[in-house]
Amino acid sequence: MTLDGYEHDKTARIVAVNWVALAEDEGKRLKALGVDEGAEVAVIHRGIFGTRDPLAVRIGRMTIALRRSHALAIEVEPV
Amino acid sequence: MSRKRTAALVGNPNAGKSALFNALTGARQKIANYPGVTVERKAGRLILPSGEPVELIDLPGSYSFDAASPDEEVTRKVVHGEFEGEALPDVIVLVIDAANLEQHLVFAQEVLELGRPTVVALNMIDLAERDGLVLDPAALSEALGVPVIPTVAVRRKGLEDLSAAIAEAETHADEEAHKRWHITLPERRLGAKHMARGAILSQSARHTIENGVDRVLLNPWIGPVLMFGLLFVIFQAVFAWATPFADALEGGVGAISGLVIDTMPGGFFRDFLTEGVLAGVGAVVVFLPQIVILFFFILIMEATGYMARAAFLMDRLMAGVGLSGKSFIPLLSSFACAIPGIMATRSIPDAKDRLTTILVAPLMTCSARLPVYAVIIAAVIPQTTVGPGIGLQGLVLFALYIAGIVGAMVVALVLRNSVAKGAASGFIMEMPRYQLPRIKDLAIGLWQRAWVFLRRAGTIIFMVTIALWLMLSFPKAEPGESQMDASFAGMVADGIHPILAPIGFNREMSLALVPAMAAREVAVSALATTYAVDADDEDLAAEGVTDRIAALWSLPTALAFLAWFVFAPQCISTIAVARRETNGWKWPAFMVGYLFALAYVFAGLTFWIATAAGL
Repeated sequence: MTLDGYEHDKTARIVAVNWVALAEDEGKRLKALGVDEGAEVAVIHRGIFGTRDPLAVRIGRMTIALRRSHALAIEVEPV
Repeated sequence: MSRKRTAALVGNPNAGKSALFNALTGARQKIANYPGVTVERKAGRLILPSGEPVELIDLPGSYSFDAASPDEEVTRKVVHGEFEGEALPDVIVLVIDAANLEQHLVFAQEVLELGRPTVVALNMIDLAERDGLVLDPAALSEALGVPVIPTVAVRRKGLEDLSAAIAEAETHADEEAHKRWHITLPERRLGAKHMARGAILSQSARHTIENGVDRVLLNPWIGPVLMFGLLFVIFQAVFAWATPFADALEGGVGAISGLVIDTMPGGFFRDFLTEGVLAGVGAVVVFLPQIVILFFFILIMEATGYMARAAFLMDRLMAGVGLSGKSFIPLLSSFACAIPGIMATRSIPDAKDRLTTILVAPLMTCSARLPVYAVIIAAVIPQTTVGPGIGLQGLVLFALYIAGIVGAMVVALVLRNSVAKGAASGFIMEMPRYQLPRIKDLAIGLWQRAWVFLRRAGTIIFMVTIALWLMLSFPKAEPGESQMDASFAGMVADGIHPILAPIGFNREMSLALVPAMAAREVAVSALATTYAVDADDEDLAAEGVTDRIAALWSLPTALAFLAWFVFAPQCISTIAVARRETNGWKWPAFMVGYLFALAYVFAGLTFWIATAAGL
């Protein structure tokens, strides 16, 4: 299951990130923010309109914003 | 005598570095650019407990030394002593957000690997406590192997301890660096997790204030409504709150002018002072209150953390024209001034995205347009209300801002599908925690902005106004001839006027546009000087530029002039900064060309439609 489809406000563990699907510097930035295998994340807010883009994701005690295209590249499992 | 000591503030973005910097150095700050790059270098003087001064540098926030932006590159080079012209800092002050240890300790370990004398500021400890965290600084100090000082910049808590620790660390500055073993990112992350766990004595439920507030502010329906409501209030306030201050300033300038007329013998020098300097520079300086109010709101949005939420809300809309929420922050800054706006595009990782943002940034209504808009609106738009608390003048101003925004969006869409074609850009950013803005930081920020404006008024605008006054005053008119017709400036205006006459511009306006190439607000001082010189009796000369415009301009002409300034790229500094940021003349030339074309077309359309509508 990807982070995009995961339930709201529920903590999930990242099992894999499809780095190849992401632009190089975007991958770099996500990693710098702690998005990597093993990290625990939760989608807490979503944007407007049909695609509900972008997403606000809680990671640790921090909130980061990312796009749906990134969330689709992040594979998660329930904690 | 020993050489000058330096200390550098290093840390993640949103660690509260700038607030700590302000608290440590007070108003004794020097802001300049690093040579060769356009990254701001902020330095100030920190007085150690011994009374000895140390130069404190505020380095750009970084997530790692694996630089992803020019800002981060500066930080990496300076702390490695590889930055030419910048001495290796004697002490590193590592700033860590106490409420975000697990994240910030990752970069902290990378910094500590350098083995330089380091002091850790465990910053914003009050916010951590608010979030229910109880920390053990001693445990963290032991784990990191360097002193850890809890600080709260706003309440000046821990600052003395921090200065003392810096002084102590400084005594080791000349020792050989004890480089630590280099570890990989996953190892650092694991280490950060362990250290954070060891330093956190207890924590309550993770339910933070952010979550609750964001539930409203980021709500898909309520959020955008609140944001646009806020923007509307800001623009109303810019007009309404500033009026008494602007009136006072105007009265002051008028009083000085009257004093000069009363005390000095009539003649060349008195005319130069009253018609040239006071009429010209005075006409611009009266807009200081509006500029300060606009920056006040922008600084508050930044300081509270709301700016990142606005970027989040805007991302979907920006994606529609091929940009991202990241472009929103530079574009919003461009409402104050396009120069910091264009410089802020450096945080946009995608090159095409960044180029597009630079090219449309001048369409955002900068504060230099405010004097132009304000004078014209005050002159031709009646001071009536169109609803409870909504003035017609404020509404017109709001419409001009919207015109700039819509223009920028359409242009961005066209550019992203033509000259700046490329893959869709992404949007990844940290959302900082909410904070109360600190009065002192606001005051320092406002003072810096106001000073930049006043310096412009005192230099560029002053020089241009004098040059214009000289051109307007010579050669002297024959009896019965208007001074404007006889002057050099009149000849220049005659040359340009035929091009601008079809879009409804009169000769004074055509003339004002020439010196306004230096800066838009010069248009106002140019009009003021022109009308002051051209006035054939003292009573008329004493009338403000607003009254003269109200008397002499038709409504379609005035509206066309407003439409012109929505688009016209009349700012040498913006063109220069665009050249620097795009490394060449190609894109600035393109920018100037397309903006002038739009200005001409839309001023023309406005004039023709308004005339046809019988306004």
